[in-house]
Amino acid sequence: MTLDAAVDVTVGTFHLDVRVAVGDGELVAVLGPNGAGKTTFLRALAGLVAIDGGRIVLGDQVLDDPAAGVFVAPERRPVGVVFQDHLLFPHLSALDNVAFGLRRQGRSRRAARAAAGEWLGRVGLAAEADRRPAQLSGGQAQRVALARALATDPAVLLLDEPLAALDVHTRTAVRRDLRRHLDGFGGMRLLVTHDPIDALTLAHRLVIVEGGRVVQEGTPEEITERPRTEYAAELVGTNLYRGTAEGELVRTEGGAVIVAPAAMTAPGPVYAVISPAAVAIHRHEPEGSPRNTWPGRVAHIERLTTKARVRVDGPIAIVADVTAAAVNALDLREGAEVWTAVKASEVGVYPV
Amino acid sequence: MRAGTTRPPAPVVAVAALAVALFAIPLAGLVWKAPWDSAWSQLSSADARAALRLSLVTSLAATALAVVLGIPLAWVQARFDYPGRRVVRALTTLPMVLPPVVGGIALLLALGRRGLVGQYLDRVGVQLPFHLPGAVLAEAFVAMPFFVLTVEAALRTVDSRLEDAARTLGAGRASVFWHVTLPLVRPSLVAGAVLCWARALGEFGATITFAGNLSGHTQTLPLFVYVKLEGANPDAAIVLSLVLLAMSLVVLVSLRDRWLRAL
Amino acid sequence: MWKIAVWLVALSVVLGGCGPSTKTAATTLPLTGNLTVFAAASLTEAFTAEKATLASKAPHLTVTYSFAGSQALVTQIQQGAPADVFASADQKSMQKLVDAGLVDAPRVFARNKLEIVVAPGNPKHITGLADLAQPGLVVVLEDPSVPAGAYSRQALQKAGVTVKPKSLELDVKSTLAKVTSGEADAAIVYVSDVQSAGTRATGVAIPDAQNVVATYPVAVVKASKNHAAATAFVDEVVSGSGQAALRHQGFLAP
Repeated sequence: MTLDAAVDVTVGTFHLDVRVAVGDGELVAVLGPNGAGKTTFLRALAGLVAIDGGRIVLGDQVLDDPAAGVFVAPERRPVGVVFQDHLLFPHLSALDNVAFGLRRQGRSRRAARAAAGEWLGRVGLAAEADRRPAQLSGGQAQRVALARALATDPAVLLLDEPLAALDVHTRTAVRRDLRRHLDGFGGMRLLVTHDPIDALTLAHRLVIVEGGRVVQEGTPEEITERPRTEYAAELVGTNLYRGTAEGELVRTEGGAVIVAPAAMTAPGPVYAVISPAAVAIHRHEPEGSPRNTWPGRVAHIERLTTKARVRVDGPIAIVADVTAAAVNALDLREGAEVWTAVKASEVGVYPV
Repeated sequence: MRAGTTRPPAPVVAVAALAVALFAIPLAGLVWKAPWDSAWSQLSSADARAALRLSLVTSLAATALAVVLGIPLAWVQARFDYPGRRVVRALTTLPMVLPPVVGGIALLLALGRRGLVGQYLDRVGVQLPFHLPGAVLAEAFVAMPFFVLTVEAALRTVDSRLEDAARTLGAGRASVFWHVTLPLVRPSLVAGAVLCWARALGEFGATITFAGNLSGHTQTLPLFVYVKLEGANPDAAIVLSLVLLAMSLVVLVSLRDRWLRAL
Repeated sequence: MWKIAVWLVALSVVLGGCGPSTKTAATTLPLTGNLTVFAAASLTEAFTAEKATLASKAPHLTVTYSFAGSQALVTQIQQGAPADVFASADQKSMQKLVDAGLVDAPRVFARNKLEIVVAPGNPKHITGLADLAQPGLVVVLEDPSVPAGAYSRQALQKAGVTVKPKSLELDVKSTLAKVTSGEADAAIVYVSDVQSAGTRATGVAIPDAQNVVATYPVAVVKASKNHAAATAFVDEVVSGSGQAALRHQGFLAP
């Protein structure tokens, strides 16, 4: 089953005109700055907003087609939504929140609560079943919201900035869980976010929306290497490596070694993240403070208005943002041999 | 913490005490003058029992009517901005500011035997004046605004995103209203209904003007008390007044604090 | 003119040495201040008409009326309401105040009889008290605590008729209003009330054998702050211009 959503809608003075397709079992992340129209897009998919033009087709069911006069109400769309502020019903316990959708599907109270109980167990919150949302922490509430959306077995799962309302520490833990549950959900998933880490760690494909229009689509690697706009570069220019942490070091899957800061996580599988702005390019092996230096070859230079994104291949493939002036000064061109340097303190490490 | 820094200032307390006295003294007067020895016989007279029963029936029926009609009205007023909304708001508030007797006269002119609408009702055998339904209607007329305004205010504060979430979970609009919106305003529903009931219970002017005064049919407790007082039977009047008072107190005291805050 | 002169002489005799002697040929009385009169509802039209006469006679006197069922007024006076004069529709109510020592000696100033009142033209063809027992007829009476209510019951008892009223009103005017507005088909009020309704109602006479004569006493309230005016008012009502007004409204002589 695939989702093909061509959404043309005007809300107030804002005009959104995007087209996004999600393949069978695919997880697409929609990224964009605040006000870009991401949430409006999501609401249109869910049926909470009727589009003015375009067409939304899920599988072989047309959900919204103004030209043909077709509009399927939200309650009849096989779409589940996880909202930013969890939006759990305050007057119901966690269990009854999760059971809500099942009850609306016609299941008896007992059957619905039993199934809900299982789902709560899967997100690790079986013990909190009788608690009210107000008594749950932010992370717990978001997990209940996820269980609630998944319990109805939707064909598409929409997530609207699911981690945005959480503090930094909780976010990491929940992101990990989220990844696990999203991996376990076989249907189509569409994640709206402004956090590139979410997108890069969770999504197969990214769609970048700015000012109500799609400005770029592609895999995280594609966009990282060839960002089409400044924003895309800012957003998706992040070097992400999977590896194993050992003390101060991270050994990547490719065999390279990254030196990471002293205050580290426990040994085990991790992501190492390096911002392109933190990468310095040198013509010769640098001396001095950076504890991470790697040789490499310039693979591609993407020139933007005020800077350039340079991709360097080598023991570790890395992208760096440098000024246009620096490109000239270093005489960077494809194939040139260079050294990249990153301070250990600029390396972020996240448990997988 | 220094002693005296957490207590309210004395002048404020003094004025507050005065306010309390304003409420308490008339009630104390009732209790003081009560003929306790003849109280039981007063209560068990046929007239008194009829008035009590009638008051309970009419006030509860009026409240039920107010709730059934009032919830949809409150919802429309809270959610939709339509031309004339302010006029409707003024109309629904009117019975609160109108002298009850004026309300009774208006009801008579509209629904009496020769009334605007009443003349047609009479032809199909529906008679409101002099009958219990008339008393119910008179009470509902004056009391419903209390319910509608309370609930309307609460509905405005409901986060519509919660309703959105409910719809994505498969709840149709009616289901959302029943399973999400109403439960979220339950404190206000209760507080509004109680206020409405209390007002209906105490209604006098509209009832006697529109429904009349007949024991067992339309002579509610307030009418009974008034007639007894005017008929120089203050004992009966006082005893039944105390009953009215006790009923109201019991309900108000049992209202949980958070429901009172919902008013 | 003659009557006024006689009245003035009588007044001056009564007032005797209480103050400066009254003017003899003038049509005004040196009465000032406020006068509050509590009167039975059935006296509304008569007393209101009388007010105009009084205004011309005592232009510096402000007269205020309070009309209600006699029983209601008695209760108010007992609780200390500031009435100067009380005019009742029955002896029973007045007696309560006499027994409580709240009024001076009352004087009877009028009598009234009961009459059945129906819609103009008598569409239901009521001919007497017996007809009031017809099933389906909407009859309204006064509450027994009201003088007219007590009288009505006496009349009905004399006639041997049992009526199921649809409402028991708290004064004759409300009762009358139920008929004139069309809510009720028939009621029992005073002859004077039927008269006051004019074309808005028709009366059906009650034969004397069944009828009850209401006796109206008036008295000065002892706690009055304007005894002079109160007494003058009482006199006016008992034997002065008030009598003409009462007769005009259908009341009988005392």
